[in-house]
Amino acid sequence: MAERLIELRDIAKSYGHVYALGGVNLSVDRGEVVGLIGDNGAGKSTLIKILSGVVKPTSGEILIRGKPVTGWNAARSREAGIETVFQDRALAVQQTIVRNIFMGRELTGFLGWLKVSKEIDEASRLMREIGFTSKVFTPHSIVGQLSGGERQGVAIARAIYKQAELIVLDEPTTALSLTETAKVFHFVRQVRASGRSILFIGHNIHHVFDIADRFVVLDRGKVALTSDRSEVKSAEDLINFMEDVAHPGGLAGLHDTGDAEQRAR
Amino acid sequence: MSKTMEPDLHEPSAGISRQGSSRNEWKHPSDHWLRGFVLDNRASLGTLAVFIVMMAVFMIANPTVFTTWYLYSAVLTTLPVALFVVVPLVFVVTCGEIDLSFPATMGFASWVFALVVQAGYDPFLGIAAALVTGTLLGFLVGSLVVYGGLSSLIATLGMNFLLRGLIQIINEGRSTSLTSLADSWAYRIFSSQIWGIPVQIFWAIAFVVFSAMLYNRHRFGAQVRVVGDNPDSAQQMGIDVKRVRVKVFVFVGIGAAIAGTFSVMINFTWWPTAGDGYLLPVLASVFVGGTPTWGGIGTVAGGAIGAVTVSFIQTGVVAAGLSGFYVQFFNGLIIILSLLGHKWNQARYR
Repeated sequence: MAERLIELRDIAKSYGHVYALGGVNLSVDRGEVVGLIGDNGAGKSTLIKILSGVVKPTSGEILIRGKPVTGWNAARSREAGIETVFQDRALAVQQTIVRNIFMGRELTGFLGWLKVSKEIDEASRLMREIGFTSKVFTPHSIVGQLSGGERQGVAIARAIYKQAELIVLDEPTTALSLTETAKVFHFVRQVRASGRSILFIGHNIHHVFDIADRFVVLDRGKVALTSDRSEVKSAEDLINFMEDVAHPGGLAGLHDTGDAEQRAR
Repeated sequence: MSKTMEPDLHEPSAGISRQGSSRNEWKHPSDHWLRGFVLDNRASLGTLAVFIVMMAVFMIANPTVFTTWYLYSAVLTTLPVALFVVVPLVFVVTCGEIDLSFPATMGFASWVFALVVQAGYDPFLGIAAALVTGTLLGFLVGSLVVYGGLSSLIATLGMNFLLRGLIQIINEGRSTSLTSLADSWAYRIFSSQIWGIPVQIFWAIAFVVFSAMLYNRHRFGAQVRVVGDNPDSAQQMGIDVKRVRVKVFVFVGIGAAIAGTFSVMINFTWWPTAGDGYLLPVLASVFVGGTPTWGGIGTVAGGAIGAVTVSFIQTGVVAAGLSGFYVQFFNGLIIILSLLGHKWNQARYR
């Protein structure tokens, strides 16, 4: 069995009396692509923010390579090799591409002075690696002057820097054109080929089905299904299952695949 | 499955393979280095243009006065004081905050300097004490704003009144004369003249250059810009946003302490109102210099040129033969024209 990279145990998060997550278990193994699916409000974004250290869980445990972590925050998450491409891309739009790629981990030398030319070289290399290069923009271009797909490219370039072990993609294809979506998927395959793990979040089930080794369906703050790709015949099965979860008994459901105890929760 | 609606996710698209094979290198949009330089420094160059036009108008109005050295010497004596606070304020405004407490910090830190010197200690010790005071006051103001979650506009205004009030209560309006300063090494190094040029301008220029480097080529400046641009993103990327915000207020405290000390060394006297007159000219300099109000971007060099411009308005209007009543009118005119110019000159986003 592959090494367990990260494990979330019984993670709960409440905002006042409202439960966003009610005891979620989620794990990602090395080299695995996990597709996290769920409707709006299922708790996907909250789970991602907990994983990336931006939001602290109300209760629950986070284990990195089998070891529980303490003092979990955004910086610790990045140190642990988790890189997140947020849905809103988390870019500073008045800054250059270089400044965005090295946001929060500037390449510095003596007394914190920036290694400017090294940053530019690295940025160029990263952008070339994922195919987001152009004659009209440079590492010095202002992100606010780029298109949506190009901005996604900057966010992804930032994520693959430093050979992150787990890359979290939060709905990376939202608001992208078809060719730009294809580019993103091309990149995801490259990352998978390099042996890195991916947690892919989406509500377009076809996208997730095509790319993931394993599916986790989240519904109203709980895991409604975890299933290996081999257990699901087609994307339609997943869609039917999700409709069944959303409207119990109303529509024909997926035949239970041995996760009855998960669904019962 | 509606495959026709979906992009082909299994094969890399033709566009990518083409890009990969043709060694698509980065290219700067301009072929000429000069165009890139102008685009990168458009705000400060705009400020410089305003300054040059203004000086040209003054010179035409009164060529004899504007070719005498005395006029420039007078400006160069007082300008450094403003520069030491204008530059840190560019950092604060870039960070998305404002600090109106610097005049009181100037007064407070220079008061400590005056007390140390009056007590017979070496002025260098006084400078060190003033710097410590400025750092602590900056930290106090910054912590109040950041950890207290207060509006920096209102909280720093309150701190300005509070600190100035404390100075007034304790001193009851009395000033402190420091005639012994004239014989000290500190005075020779920081406040005398070399070849007729007030030496403090060299210190101020060094400070501006150092700060411009800090702003553009140091982790601190990079994080200040990112925090001012998008604090949520900065947080998500692991930057300690609150700490960066407190640091910019500390920087203003340090700048204000230096400015206050220099103003005392120029006059050999500390007044309880020291620093008060700098509030509006310094703020005007930051925005005339081309740093916008919304945060994320700014220019240290522009701020410095803005300070030069604002300093010359006062001197220039009177020297050009107009009565002192015109000063405020021209101040306003330059500020408004500069803002319109920067609005027209700024980069446009999608």
